[in-house]
Amino acid sequence: MADRILLAHGSGGKLAHDLVQKMFVDVLGNPILAKLDDAAVFTASGRLAFTTDSYVVTPIFFPGGDIGKLAVCGTVNDLAMSGARPLYLSLSFIIEEGFSQKDLEEIVNSVKEATDEAGVTIVTGDTKVVDQGSVDKLYINTAGVGAVAPGLNISGSNAQPGDEVLLSGPIGDHGIAVMSKREGFSFSTKLESDCAPLNDMVADMLAASSNIHCLRDPTRGGLATTLNELAKQSEIKIIIEEERLPVRDEVLAACEMLGFDPLYVANEGKLVAVVAAPDAERVLNTMRKTRYGKEAVILGEVVEGDSGRVVMKTHLGATRIVDMLVGDLLPRIC
Amino acid sequence: MKFLSEFRDAGLAKGVVSQIHRRSKTPARFMEFCGGHTATILRYGIRQVLPATIEMLSGPGCPVCVTANADLDKAIALAQMPGVIVTTFGDMLKVPGSHSSLQKIKAEGADVRMVYSTMDAIHIAEENPSKRVVFLGIGFETTAPTVAASILYAEEKYLKNYYVLSTHKLCPPVIKALLASGEVNLDGLICPGHVSAVIGSRAWDFIARDYAIPCVVSGFEPLDVLQCVDMLVTQVEEGNSKVEIAYRRGVRPEGNPEALRLMHEVFEPCPAQWRGMGTIPDSGLKLRSTYQRFDAECAFDIDPGPTREPQGCICGDILRGVKTPLDCRLFGNSCTPEDPVGPCMVSSEGSCATYYLYGRNSGR
Repeated sequence: MADRILLAHGSGGKLAHDLVQKMFVDVLGNPILAKLDDAAVFTASGRLAFTTDSYVVTPIFFPGGDIGKLAVCGTVNDLAMSGARPLYLSLSFIIEEGFSQKDLEEIVNSVKEATDEAGVTIVTGDTKVVDQGSVDKLYINTAGVGAVAPGLNISGSNAQPGDEVLLSGPIGDHGIAVMSKREGFSFSTKLESDCAPLNDMVADMLAASSNIHCLRDPTRGGLATTLNELAKQSEIKIIIEEERLPVRDEVLAACEMLGFDPLYVANEGKLVAVVAAPDAERVLNTMRKTRYGKEAVILGEVVEGDSGRVVMKTHLGATRIVDMLVGDLLPRIC
Repeated sequence: MKFLSEFRDAGLAKGVVSQIHRRSKTPARFMEFCGGHTATILRYGIRQVLPATIEMLSGPGCPVCVTANADLDKAIALAQMPGVIVTTFGDMLKVPGSHSSLQKIKAEGADVRMVYSTMDAIHIAEENPSKRVVFLGIGFETTAPTVAASILYAEEKYLKNYYVLSTHKLCPPVIKALLASGEVNLDGLICPGHVSAVIGSRAWDFIARDYAIPCVVSGFEPLDVLQCVDMLVTQVEEGNSKVEIAYRRGVRPEGNPEALRLMHEVFEPCPAQWRGMGTIPDSGLKLRSTYQRFDAECAFDIDPGPTREPQGCICGDILRGVKTPLDCRLFGNSCTPEDPVGPCMVSSEGSCATYYLYGRNSGR
């Protein structure tokens, strides 16, 4: 059983200490974490952003990433979407008894890789092990703190009529990549999750323009849900154009097969930006120069009237409503 | 050939639209039988770009929607029996029966599992030899052959714990009943694509012959549907009524002989209850006596109690093309996709859900 996580690994005793040292401190090593005090102590000044999220993805390893990478990128992106420069993260595991130590090691290595790329530090953490069947393999919670520049005001309620709506790249990659590996689906695709930290792209965008009004990452619920949130929060209407909507052929094909609409499929490495029209081209070009924004597009615009509504001009020139996701995505019958 | 983007090409589509505008002189009412077509029509805003001469009606071609409460209640009663696992396609989980839904009783502890194919249900039966696994067989001629294949597999493997509750329905008999009722007058029928891939376009000959209604089998992309409308308009203007195919990459006149063979081997026609249309002779499929031991109706003592229809719901009228979702008092008020009252608000192919999603104020 040496290669399995035991209940004792979460008990606070010797096994737990060894696990924390070997698995977390040695890999994620930094002076603040290495102290192993009850709380991380660090210096920060000015305006701070603070966020938390829990990660329960199935399967925990998927094409293009795993739950560890996701747990870092998700929280880093939430900070970045409020205009913050992500600084410190916490990392907590709830692990099912019997989980493979090798898999845990791989997940922690992914955490390390993602934090290195995003330039953030894991400063505190926790590990709990629960009886078999109490959780599905492993859950991760991360919380994050970031610094917000003075005067910067990014919010979902800031969209104004006349603004342009930008999207950083093709939608639906994460949702379809994860689904392709779910039990019962198992269709083969070369598609990989788009899971990525977006803070560098956001930093470049903020440097290029002081007229970015909203930033949001369209994760669960997909692009449609994010656009609806922005429209409702800002009490404006958003019009997008189907012809400009980037969707990979693999995603389109999988969606056709399953009866999904790519607009509702999850992303983990995309962002929507609402930008004052005169700056839109400049922000777009800045995005396209970054690693994760090469396929960025101007998707549509913000207009007055019909507050809270999102509509799409279809390929045929007609319009249709784009509503929020309702319930779960379920495959159709025929 | 990518099979998708070509059929969504904006330039080509606009060309077909202007051709339809040029050709269409006589007012005509077309019905799209299939819920998949309704979804394409509303999702791409096809009604908005058609000339005022053309009226489009949605038909009863959504298998989830036409499933009667009595059948749903049976599935729910089965799932509440100890030692039973009920498996079915995703859409069915949410459909409200008389008193509950499969999704609700699953949350209460019943073992209900969503599968993506009948073979998944077979695997669940193989992995759970101490449980009795029921597949809720739903759908038209499109899904019935795959259910038949699962039964033949179960027989070959001597699988003793696999059953099918067949609520399968057949398309030609319901269209015949609809036309015979005289409730709706049609000038053209958009025939279902996937169903016709199995049964062949010849299955619609009787409509063109006996009712003098032009029929065109369509695919599910916007260009497919537009081409189909264009062909129907041409028939109307030329005074023809024949069966044509606007979906040649999927449909042949004779259909798919192997799928038909499987279906006829395992199933035989029976009367079936359709929501909103009552019982229609020879419009359902039941297991032949040779395969009776796989028939959940025979193997279980199912007593779901009396059925109850939701108050104020007009799904039945909508399925017959007599009314549209916008005519329903419940639509968008007490009946929404989050909390559906009737089945047409559940399925992604259901008229009400499609109207709610895409066309609340843009549909015509």
